[in-house]
Amino acid sequence: MEKFEPVIVAFCCHYCAYTAADMAGSQRLDYPPNVKIIRVPCSGKVDAIHILKAFERGADGVYVAGCLEGDCHFKNGNLKAEKQVQYLRKSLDEIGIGGDRLEMVFMSAGMGEFFARKAKEMTEKIRELGPSPVHTQLEQQARQKAS
Amino acid sequence: MITAERKPLKEIMDYIQPFNRILLVGCNECVTVCSAGGRKEVGLLSSALQSAFLSAGKSIEIKEHTLERQCDPEYVEEIVGMMDGVDAVVSMACGCGVQEMARRYKNKPVFPAVNTKFMGASERQGVWAERCQGCGNCLLGITGGICPIARCSKQLMNGPCGGSTNGKCEISKEVDCAWQLIWDRLKMLGQEDRYLDIIPAKDWRTAGGGGPRKIVREDLAG
Amino acid sequence: MKTNSVLEKVLANGNLAVTSECGPPRGAVPEKVKEKGQLLAGFVDAVNVTDNQTAMVRMSSLGASILLRQMGLNPLLQMVTRDRNRLAMQSEILSAYAHGIDTMLCLSGDHPHFGDHPMAASVHDIDSIQLIQMVKTMRDEGRFQGGAEIENPPKMFIGAAANPFADPFELRVMRLAKKVAAGVDFIQTQCIYNIPKFEKWMEGVRNRGLHEKCYILAGVTPMKSAGMARYMKNKVPGMDVPDDVVARMAAKPKEEQAQEGVDICIETIQRLSQVEGVAGFHIMAIEWEKIVPEIVERAGLLPRPQVA
Repeated sequence: MEKFEPVIVAFCCHYCAYTAADMAGSQRLDYPPNVKIIRVPCSGKVDAIHILKAFERGADGVYVAGCLEGDCHFKNGNLKAEKQVQYLRKSLDEIGIGGDRLEMVFMSAGMGEFFARKAKEMTEKIRELGPSPVHTQLEQQARQKAS
Repeated sequence: MITAERKPLKEIMDYIQPFNRILLVGCNECVTVCSAGGRKEVGLLSSALQSAFLSAGKSIEIKEHTLERQCDPEYVEEIVGMMDGVDAVVSMACGCGVQEMARRYKNKPVFPAVNTKFMGASERQGVWAERCQGCGNCLLGITGGICPIARCSKQLMNGPCGGSTNGKCEISKEVDCAWQLIWDRLKMLGQEDRYLDIIPAKDWRTAGGGGPRKIVREDLAG
Repeated sequence: MKTNSVLEKVLANGNLAVTSECGPPRGAVPEKVKEKGQLLAGFVDAVNVTDNQTAMVRMSSLGASILLRQMGLNPLLQMVTRDRNRLAMQSEILSAYAHGIDTMLCLSGDHPHFGDHPMAASVHDIDSIQLIQMVKTMRDEGRFQGGAEIENPPKMFIGAAANPFADPFELRVMRLAKKVAAGVDFIQTQCIYNIPKFEKWMEGVRNRGLHEKCYILAGVTPMKSAGMARYMKNKVPGMDVPDDVVARMAAKPKEEQAQEGVDICIETIQRLSQVEGVAGFHIMAIEWEKIVPEIVERAGLLPRPQVA
């Protein structure tokens, strides 16, 4: 079997994590290309449906990256996001995808190194968990269609 | 509002396992307000079902639709055109909506996706609490605006019982003693004497003891 | 005299009445009822027979009461509104009276939450105060609650419970007033450990003249151990066990704690005998019926008066 390359979606707040990712880039810090970044105006703006849809389309892991506690540009969007993530982890267990494929992380705009480390950690963690059952099935379907 | 909570995913999946094309119908009224079965929850459940079935190796087609009100025939009629292409209906409305769907679309299996809980009010964001049991003969005018039928664990009409402690019910510290609330309110209103009136044994016919209830407004009924 | 109840006669004569209790067994074992009955015979004026106490299934109060009646005791039929609607309650009252049971206690009952059937539906068609009204209507007007006439109406001496220690305290006397207005003849209180608080409640009772409208039997329960004292203090809703009572129990070595509990109980009875308006005692020796004779005797409540 070919080596499993996880697909990871990172919802990054414009004010912190997204800027941190930028900084990681400009500092030429390496982080895995598995992580697909989606810029959002605030981590609190990430809705449950965005996360579920990511998994439905085959993501193996998702994380929401918001500002450090107390630093949210919109007061408490990051804390709302964390509550949502905790709640959705249970839903993912129920669905059979597994709640541990979803995480919440906090960082400031200046934490480029942390961003790169987190991206690596998440990629390694998901690589260990293996592909999500949805991902596996989608690939199988695609192969059947192709043959 | 009528409150509801989504059923466990497994139960919903067991219902629709034999079918391939599902119409998932939400309701824009109470279940939207209590975040159980509105447009948003229809989307979430749809996605969850897709992923869960896909994980199990089954492809399923789910159409999503949310009606203005699922307990009114006029609105339920609106989706008649969608019915041809579906094998079963999953309703995210309260029990009234589910039954209205089943009544209108007799040849389609209709399954509930939520458990209808109670008539309640929003205590704060994300918290709803029971306030009314629809007993059909409102006592609130003599109980300080707090209902002993819905809010006393023993439905005492002449409480409080001996289990009231520090304003809490004996069954749980999370539950307010309804009679403490009633008494506090009567005092605030200067109506302490009201308490001494014995509320007589209730006629439960209006509460459903007389069989299923119906309201007929002659001026409106066709 | 409203009824033929021995308890009523004892109270009407001005004697301090003594009642105790018999919890029916959790099985079809009449011997256990009789055993408890034998322990109490001659020492009490009436024996409360509990009705699925703490919301646990037991032999019915009526069934066990009949067994006691057949032994010549005076059962005091407890009835909770939790398990039956008004039809069942009225029919059971007729059955009880047909078996010579003429004294009863009207209660709402412990919530099923506390028992071993928390999944059970509570009935609560009526509450305890409405039950008092219903039994009184049956007795004094000879009518069922529905209005129909009763052939040979049951003449029940009507009791109810009162808890002087629950909250809100200011309602405790007023709620008793409601029970009196509903037609209660006698009251048995929650177990008393906090004597000053009970005396304060009695003061309120006397201020309203309620002690002249119903007989008040003060409830007492001997504690077997310091552990039981702590449990009652912390775990039983509406129970008030002051710290010094717990400390007094705990100060004794384990093997002497039961005796200390009995001593406290007897001292309580002696002190409460001096309180104006206390008409007697209800000794609830939970699963410890054999201690009742000693308590009654040492408290100076023997011999029990013989009433015709």
